[in-house]
Amino acid sequence: MINIANTHHPFWVIVKKEISDNVHSWRFIILIAIIALTCMGSLYEALTNIRTAIKPGDPDGSFLFLKLFTVSDGTMPSFAMFISFLGPLLGIALGFDAINSEQNKGTLSRILSQPIHRDYLINAKFVAALIVIGILLYALGFLVMGFGLIAIGIPPTFSEFMRVVAFLFVGVVYVAFWLNLAIFFSIQFKQAATSALACIAVWLFFSVFYTMIINLIGKALSPNEMASEYQVISYQRFMLNLLRFAPSELFNEATMTLLMPSVRSLGPLTMEQVEGAIPSPLPLGQSLMVVWPQLTGMIASTVICFGLSYLSFMRKEVRSR
Amino acid sequence: MGEEHMIELSGLTKNYGSFVAVDNLNLNIRKGEIFGLLGPNGAGKSTTILMMLGLTEPTSGTVLVCGINSTTHPIDVKRKVGYLPEDVGFYDDMTAMENLLYTAALNGITRKEAREDALRLLERVGLSHVVDKKAGKFSRGMRQRLGLADVLIKKPEVIILDEPTSGIDPAGVQDFIRLVLELSHKDGLTVIFSSHILAQVQQVCDRVGLFNNGRLLAEIELSDLHKVPHGLDDIYNQYYGGKEV
Repeated sequence: MINIANTHHPFWVIVKKEISDNVHSWRFIILIAIIALTCMGSLYEALTNIRTAIKPGDPDGSFLFLKLFTVSDGTMPSFAMFISFLGPLLGIALGFDAINSEQNKGTLSRILSQPIHRDYLINAKFVAALIVIGILLYALGFLVMGFGLIAIGIPPTFSEFMRVVAFLFVGVVYVAFWLNLAIFFSIQFKQAATSALACIAVWLFFSVFYTMIINLIGKALSPNEMASEYQVISYQRFMLNLLRFAPSELFNEATMTLLMPSVRSLGPLTMEQVEGAIPSPLPLGQSLMVVWPQLTGMIASTVICFGLSYLSFMRKEVRSR
Repeated sequence: MGEEHMIELSGLTKNYGSFVAVDNLNLNIRKGEIFGLLGPNGAGKSTTILMMLGLTEPTSGTVLVCGINSTTHPIDVKRKVGYLPEDVGFYDDMTAMENLLYTAALNGITRKEAREDALRLLERVGLSHVVDKKAGKFSRGMRQRLGLADVLIKKPEVIILDEPTSGIDPAGVQDFIRLVLELSHKDGLTVIFSSHILAQVQQVCDRVGLFNNGRLLAEIELSDLHKVPHGLDDIYNQYYGGKEV
């Protein structure tokens, strides 16, 4: 084999090139500027409001540090809100022209005629974008933590730190879902503009129209006043499950549970279930168990999107432009 | 044993639905020759080339390149075959050198060796003055010559050129053809030259296969034709019914 010390495996050659392409592209620089600015904004907001955010008797009171990511007085969304809103855009920006731009530039057939497996290209593009997203989100999260530490002067406990790490991981998976959706569209559509529009359409649908449709369905199905408690609860569950088809809902539920240790359940609870419960925060392990379905759901949809793109890419016939 | 065959196609067929792109093709290409694939657009030349590289699977039949089956072992074949697609593209924001180094890295060539090779090849294709210029600023002709350097950097045994002269001005075409002839005669490379332009094929190739509608109509040894003036023209017209392509 030709793999001597000085050469790299072709897969990592492609990954390296894709990372440098991503980092140098204008759209990435613009997005990173927007995201960094909004994060700083939300951090400022959190810091000015953190004094009033802790009410006496608040079970989350001992988790002051986590408030940095969730506190907002309404003028500006919190850090977690921003990730749920801008994260998809980041994923879409990194993936929407992954394959079709190579095809249109005429580089795809040239690269695939090199001695590499065909799936190297798509895997490498995914891995490269994932590395960029991971580094970006963790850097931002830790920056917020660092500034918060300087400003409020109270160091985070280990469990708070782990909660933030888990929250950022959920963020990476969430962005990876949108990235894979974008890559899938970049294989399906010949024009980069079409795939970008398709991605944004899906994103808009889930972030704006989906809740409207759910509300319509909710109105039509809502049980009457005479309905039994059982009916009301099953109606509530059904509506919540419908909502959970939107990736942003899964992400929001997961972040809420991870960043607010007092959240014990994401579904409706009856009075009997709540009775006798002490409003105390859950340990990290228990919070993770509460969001486990959300997390696996997000990972599964990411994997499904990747599987679809993988399949369609392997079957695609590559001709010169 | 007889002569050594670099490429052996036997019973090669490719269907797209009910459309037959390549129909039961049998063809042997000898080591060191320049073989021309001549035929109008849509005759099945490009599809044949894609199957040789293992970039698309034949419906039936086999392709052997240097004795390796392209369909089952495409990586080994692509290590030995350089392919210059029609209207080749490069990464616009990378320089000519960076583009070549990237290809070299994908072929597992060390950076130091690749740099020396790339400089030598760029000199050879007449691009030594634009080594550090972004490929996005290149004209079509320059891109095609950079494409040739890109194909050669992996030190192939066979190079496949798919319509390499389309879109280049006449002087550029002559330069390009001179380069291809030199590669065959000096370096002993086997060259497959696909084109729809009769005059070029006649100028470059040792042997020509005439394609139409996915079939190989004839294999012609061009050295036999030198006695007859316009011999290939006559054959060409005979097969394509005199219509210019």
